[in-house]
Amino acid sequence: MAAAGPTLAWRWLRREWRGGELPLLALAVTLAVASVSAVGFFADRVHRAMSLRATELLAADVVLVSPAAIPEARRSAARERGLAVAETLTFPSMVSTGDRLQLAEVKAVGPGYPLRGELRVAPAPFAPDTPRAAGPEPGTVWVDARLATALGVGPGDRLQIGAVERPVAAVLSYEPDRPGDLFTLGPRLMMHLDDVPATALVQPGSRVTHRLLVAGSETGVADFREALEGRLTRGESLQGVRDTRPELRVALDRAERFLGLAALVSALLAGVAVALAARRYAERHLDTAAILRCLGATQARVTGLFATQLLLVGAIAATAGVAIGYLAQAGLAALLAEAYPGPLPLPSPYPALAGAATGLVTLAGFALPPLLRLREVPPLRVLRRDLAPLPARARAVYGSALLALGALVLWQAADARLAAYVLAAAGATVVVLVAAAYALVSALRPLRGRVGVSWRFGLARIARRPGQSVVQVAAFGLGLMVLLLLTLVRGELIEGWRDRLPPDTPNYFLINVQPDEVAGVRAFLSGHGVAEPALYPMVRGRLAAIDGRPVSAEDYEGARAKRLVEREFNLSGASRPQGDNRIVAGSWWEAGETALPQFSVEEGLAGTLGVTLGSRLRFQVAGQEVEAPVTSLRTVQWDSFRVNFFVVTPPGVLDGFPTTYVTSFHLPPERPEVLSELVRAFPSVTVLDVEAILSRVRHILEQAALAVQYVFLFALLAGVTVLAAAVQSTLDERRFESAVLRTLGADRRRLLAGLLAEFATLGALAGLLASVAAAVTGVALARAVFDLDYVPGPGLWLSGVGAGLFGVALAGYLGTRRVLSHPPMESLRAG
Amino acid sequence: MERPSPPPILRAEELGKRVTSPEGTLEILAGAGLSVAAGESLAVIGESGSGKSTLLSLLAGLDLPTSGRVWLDGTDLTTLDEDGRARLRGRLVGFVFQSFQLVPSLTALENVMLPLELAGRDDPRPAALESLARVGLAARVRHYPSQLSGGEQQRVALARAFSTRPRLLFADEPTGNLDRRTGERVSELLFRLNEEHATTLVLVTHDPGLAGHCGRTLRLEGGRLHAEPDRPPGAGPRPGA
Repeated sequence: MAAAGPTLAWRWLRREWRGGELPLLALAVTLAVASVSAVGFFADRVHRAMSLRATELLAADVVLVSPAAIPEARRSAARERGLAVAETLTFPSMVSTGDRLQLAEVKAVGPGYPLRGELRVAPAPFAPDTPRAAGPEPGTVWVDARLATALGVGPGDRLQIGAVERPVAAVLSYEPDRPGDLFTLGPRLMMHLDDVPATALVQPGSRVTHRLLVAGSETGVADFREALEGRLTRGESLQGVRDTRPELRVALDRAERFLGLAALVSALLAGVAVALAARRYAERHLDTAAILRCLGATQARVTGLFATQLLLVGAIAATAGVAIGYLAQAGLAALLAEAYPGPLPLPSPYPALAGAATGLVTLAGFALPPLLRLREVPPLRVLRRDLAPLPARARAVYGSALLALGALVLWQAADARLAAYVLAAAGATVVVLVAAAYALVSALRPLRGRVGVSWRFGLARIARRPGQSVVQVAAFGLGLMVLLLLTLVRGELIEGWRDRLPPDTPNYFLINVQPDEVAGVRAFLSGHGVAEPALYPMVRGRLAAIDGRPVSAEDYEGARAKRLVEREFNLSGASRPQGDNRIVAGSWWEAGETALPQFSVEEGLAGTLGVTLGSRLRFQVAGQEVEAPVTSLRTVQWDSFRVNFFVVTPPGVLDGFPTTYVTSFHLPPERPEVLSELVRAFPSVTVLDVEAILSRVRHILEQAALAVQYVFLFALLAGVTVLAAAVQSTLDERRFESAVLRTLGADRRRLLAGLLAEFATLGALAGLLASVAAAVTGVALARAVFDLDYVPGPGLWLSGVGAGLFGVALAGYLGTRRVLSHPPMESLRAG
Repeated sequence: MERPSPPPILRAEELGKRVTSPEGTLEILAGAGLSVAAGESLAVIGESGSGKSTLLSLLAGLDLPTSGRVWLDGTDLTTLDEDGRARLRGRLVGFVFQSFQLVPSLTALENVMLPLELAGRDDPRPAALESLARVGLAARVRHYPSQLSGGEQQRVALARAFSTRPRLLFADEPTGNLDRRTGERVSELLFRLNEEHATTLVLVTHDPGLAGHCGRTLRLEGGRLHAEPDRPPGAGPRPGA
């Protein structure tokens, strides 16, 4: 008996396809699957790249990382075990040619590098590259495409690096252990380790990272690791294949989770469309179900038939969705190309299954309750048309939808607490959106008496089904809101923040100024028009203990706190606080206390590390310890671009420790030659170009925003399917109504005007809602993040309302235009 | 007239049906009883609103009576749940309705195949094609209901009803939605098929002419069934005779 089921369901499905609900249902599910699997495929490829090339990403089997020079004992420990070793040294430095200057991440590599993987170089930026077994020859340098482009140089040209000038030998196109570009601000210059002393760039107190690369037999490496672990000094760390590039992993994991959750917005909207389409489908099949019952089909049979149809639709949609998702992930990979190193391998099939499962769960959660109602149709309906089963209970509909959504969010978030937050936030957003949409729809009511007949008819339609109008406005508004936020509001916020900075805001930082250069640098800057250049001492120290308790990264939950504890602090001595600082607790030291050990700590840092007024901090500075109480907490306005420090002591306290100096100043952009002179005069000084760093940050933000926008494009399309499903569910009624109107003498033009009035109004409401929501979010962000009073420009309102109005009017017209050409007599007879 | 008395295929005793509406309780049937022998054809006539369709729905197990019992092929319908009654319908009963009740999304052929498939028949296609040929629609098997005239739709419904060779056929105003000439042709076809298949027929109509084709007529009046002694002239042959 069951044998006839699937074939019957399949045949039925083919017939029903033309009815309109099933294609729409399939489209909605396809969009959900496409958006989830696009993100899934992309994340999978990045994961695979990272595990397939884990040793290559390290350029070794294990790496010892240290802020100080690697002691000989470490090297010999590796050699004794028959392991190969190589060394690298990385630090930021200015690189110049003629008048052009660029901050670069310099990497000096010793013989043997890379131990795993290979380097690739090209004769020109973006030209075909070839592999190289070792780094540049002594006396030459390689530059990456970014540096070559920024300085306008290529092989043969000469570059000034610190105290020396070196020819460029090649363009570096691939470097195995290069962090993803998102996490390094400067382009790369690679040189030989033997050339470093001549540059005079590495001085005591300079910010450099030493790496000892080790590779060889598995047992040897394990033995080496074991010998070192537990005997590492503070600041030293071991990176193995398993803990390769934790920063990259964390950042990508987070991005993946965020994009995954963003993709679920499409699934939610698709679910709404699915629910609307499934309800109409069920309503249109009450008679069919009754006939089936009458002809002897049991309830299970009826359920099976419609559930099988649904499953078939789901399978088709999931297949299409996975295919589209596969294509779309290439776009995502291109947008985020700078975030991960090297080319990506092909994805595994797992994301396809996960994407398809998302589609089926959405379909089941949102479509089953209305369809299951069909089993309740009494067979007597064949004689009495008015008999219909009770509508599916609201509890069942929302319950199953919520269950489906909850399962999906939990799966994407991979964390129950995060999932709960996301669901709560999503719930609150939906409530606010729906309430706002309801208010807007209600506000139309008084207008009805004051407009012409077409408009009145359009407005009446919106008011007739307020629930459905609210869903349409909210669904379309949500997609539009996110896009407005990511494009217009983001741009306006960054512009607003830049405009607020005074024109003489420092645009350059000088770091690594040696004590004997302080007078010279000050004189140089004064001589070039910088008023009262102030140079601040800087001592690097590690936080060792708070109130006598040793501090370690494991004591902290947050990533920021862990990082702060791991790395070295910049301590400074000052007799007066910076002009932009505000003391919020305790008090700054008196003039007479210059040698009395005490700390003034930035408030945010204190909160992150659990430091309060009166806490005793112990810092390790160059092998010695400094312990003192916290006597004040300060706020710092970081975007003043003045030199500021998290931790400050009275000026005498840090005397005798290795000190470098730092300053910031404003240089009019039309005088870049001053920098070249500066670098020539003081080769070891590093110039940080604030504008360049900001534009790099902006670029990173733009890429991230583009990727998010890309994912939300699916959400906007899903919003359109909600609209289409809602329109479709009213088609029969519209046909009948327009037939009545036409028999009463309304012409096609007037009917069309009524339709356009309705959809244009709905669209304008959705656009208005989107603009308001984006503006409110923007203002809140401006206050919280940028400390800015943001007034959304007219562009936001114009594009929001305009996009909503035209988008919805067009979609509505396309969805209903057949109603206009339907013969009125046919509609009246059927009605 | 003496009649052979095989066990009745359909029997109803003291059937009552009350419906409660906001206007009060309405008694549609009260103490209606009948017995139909296999092969017999029975017409139930009555005014509009006399409860004919209600009676039919109770006899076919589409609905349950408020009181009384119905036996279909010896099974008491009131002891079965809806699924049980559905299975019994699928096995024993065919239907022809005033409003045809074809599935709009299936072709004529697929509509006729439907009950065969529901009954789990292997290869329902030849039987369905044959059934359609018998009602003269061999050339229109691929048409959808909306592409067929009213008479053609009802002929598809007839083909569907007879395709499973049901032992009992219920017809509810089968010509009610058709013009006079088409109606006559459809009723001719109905009775001819009924005769060929030796099906028991229970026909509900307000049309005495149509009822006259049946072997026996009952009138439904005031919720009760009364025998109709007068057979109109020109009545058709008694099926099964």
